[in-house]
Amino acid sequence: MKRTSVGLTEELIEEISREKGEPRWMLEHRLRALEIFRKLPMPRFGPDLSEVDFSDISYYLRTVEPVGSWEELPEEIRRTLEELGLPEAERKALAGLGAQVDSEVVYRSILAEVRAQGVIFEPMEEALKNHPELVREHFMKVIPPEDNKFAALHGAVWSGGTFVWVPEGVEVAVPLQGYFRMQTQGVGQFEHTLIVAEAGSSVHYIEGCSAPRYTKAALHSGMVEIVAKEGAHVRFTTIQNWSRNVYNLNNKRAVAYAGATVDWVSGSLGSKVTMLYPSTILAGRGAKTENLSFSFARNGQWLDLGAKAIHLAPDTSSRLVSRSVVQGKAKNVFRGKLYVAPEAKGAKGHVECSTLLLSPEAETETIPTLDVRNHEVEVGHEATVGRVSRDQLFYLMSRGLDEAEALSLIINGFVSPILKEIPFEYAVELKRLLEMSFAEAIG
Amino acid sequence: MGILEVRELVVTVEGKKILKGVSFSLEKGKIHALMGPNGSGKSTLAFALAGHPDYPVEEGRIFLNSEDITELPPYERARRGLFLGFQYPPEVEGVRLREFLRLAAANCHEPFCEFQKLYLESLAYFRMDELGDRELNVGFSGGEKKRSELLQMRVLRPKVALLDEPDSGVDVDGLRLIAAGIEEAARLGTAVLLITHYPRILEYLPISRVFVLDEGRIAREGGPELAWEIERSGYEAVRG
Repeated sequence: MKRTSVGLTEELIEEISREKGEPRWMLEHRLRALEIFRKLPMPRFGPDLSEVDFSDISYYLRTVEPVGSWEELPEEIRRTLEELGLPEAERKALAGLGAQVDSEVVYRSILAEVRAQGVIFEPMEEALKNHPELVREHFMKVIPPEDNKFAALHGAVWSGGTFVWVPEGVEVAVPLQGYFRMQTQGVGQFEHTLIVAEAGSSVHYIEGCSAPRYTKAALHSGMVEIVAKEGAHVRFTTIQNWSRNVYNLNNKRAVAYAGATVDWVSGSLGSKVTMLYPSTILAGRGAKTENLSFSFARNGQWLDLGAKAIHLAPDTSSRLVSRSVVQGKAKNVFRGKLYVAPEAKGAKGHVECSTLLLSPEAETETIPTLDVRNHEVEVGHEATVGRVSRDQLFYLMSRGLDEAEALSLIINGFVSPILKEIPFEYAVELKRLLEMSFAEAIG
Repeated sequence: MGILEVRELVVTVEGKKILKGVSFSLEKGKIHALMGPNGSGKSTLAFALAGHPDYPVEEGRIFLNSEDITELPPYERARRGLFLGFQYPPEVEGVRLREFLRLAAANCHEPFCEFQKLYLESLAYFRMDELGDRELNVGFSGGEKKRSELLQMRVLRPKVALLDEPDSGVDVDGLRLIAAGIEEAARLGTAVLLITHYPRILEYLPISRVFVLDEGRIAREGGPELAWEIERSGYEAVRG
């Protein structure tokens, strides 16, 4: 086991880079990012992050070397991953799977036929060795370290994650999955996912995450960059179930070129604090994006979520939809942002957020921002906040459903427009998670 | 003792006494009509019997199948065989009628295969095939909502069905279907309390008893002829 000392210094960065045997440019990138990190302020909006102590985090921990079969994994890790249902999901519904524990990917597989199509699906470190030009061309180009403090931090200490490259015209029929597990107390996780879909290709990537609960606050700051070239279609699904001591501060952004489509589907259940605003830059004519988000915030959580569509080209379209459920003393924020550039004539954008409050202390805020710089557009937004109606509850209960069953049905119904966009196997799992969370929430 | 016995029921809603001592009894396999002018407390009675928390029973008792259910939560009443067909069923977004009813039937110990068969058969019975996979009451017309309530009753096979104005807002064809559904339920042993203020639906159905609710009390009780009397002369004439 290799674990770095606590704290954030040049020596640490050099140690991580040396440990990974990285090329010079990557070390320079890391050091530059660290410098930027030191200069940038903390976010000036959203949740309180004062508990995040950058000097009290282990930034790197390698538990084991990556393997290609479940049997080779150390017993304890294998059991954990089995309990999470990963081997089963891999058998049933995936074209490839990468599982990361703490800082490094410990398991990866890819179906032979998908490999034969020329698809690359590798841990970032391997890709950096095997496909250096391809990685260098795209790495942190969609989200540069200057973008924000956590992007800079990520740039300095990133470790693990996945590189996906889909050749021109190739359609990956079944989803690829990355699973991220924060296993060890006090270790931060900073995986980097980079997906490049060449012209006319299509791929669906699913990301899942979890962690055991520790008393100490933990930091997860991953980054996802997606490049969808002409006519490509990328769908990115995240099911986030971090334990409730995790600060989950992510950066996710895509560029969609002419005729390309990028869809983000996010389910946020866990973490103590989440800041997550998947964005799509619609850079070419006719590019499209859909951003579907659902969240369930419970006691003590602050889920600060959002979606952004940046229309830079004509005839681009976006649809940002969110469904949030808030229970107990929790807060949910949805920031829906549309920017339409002067040259994006004929752009269409729609922001829609609905919130269901389950308790009087539950807080919600929806902050739509429409920044439209030309007149030949169709944009709109709607926001609703509601409570579970007594009439609905009584109606279901009058048919023999007890209160928990009735509430759970109403909540499931409320989030169903998003849930139905999630592949069946995951939707089932997610429903179960929701019901469990819910049973826990109402005691 | 009837399958449902209501004794001296007093219900106060928002500080106003709506039911002032209502007593009546329902017989297994029979259709009873509860009539009364607007605002006489008919819907209050239905909600109170089904256990709606906004319609608490202040005094009196309710017995279902000889068991005192006055203090039971609504779902326990339902699981013991009490059904309320709503006058205004609420829409529940994202919840499919089929899924909802399957859960409800499971709580009433209806085996799954049985449910599937009964559900499909009942959809056909009420000519609702195109509504079977829709979300619960969402976008249903007034008539469709009423048929959906009857469909739910048919699948759940309750001991006692309280039907709150299943005939309002329904066209003639719909009315025949609904009447047929009620008659079938009674034939299979359900005690039906049909709440209505129009005697029209009663022409289609064999009524055994008529109760007239007025100003929070059962003002009159009698055979089917009481309904015709009301039709001829209005509620004024039957006031004691």
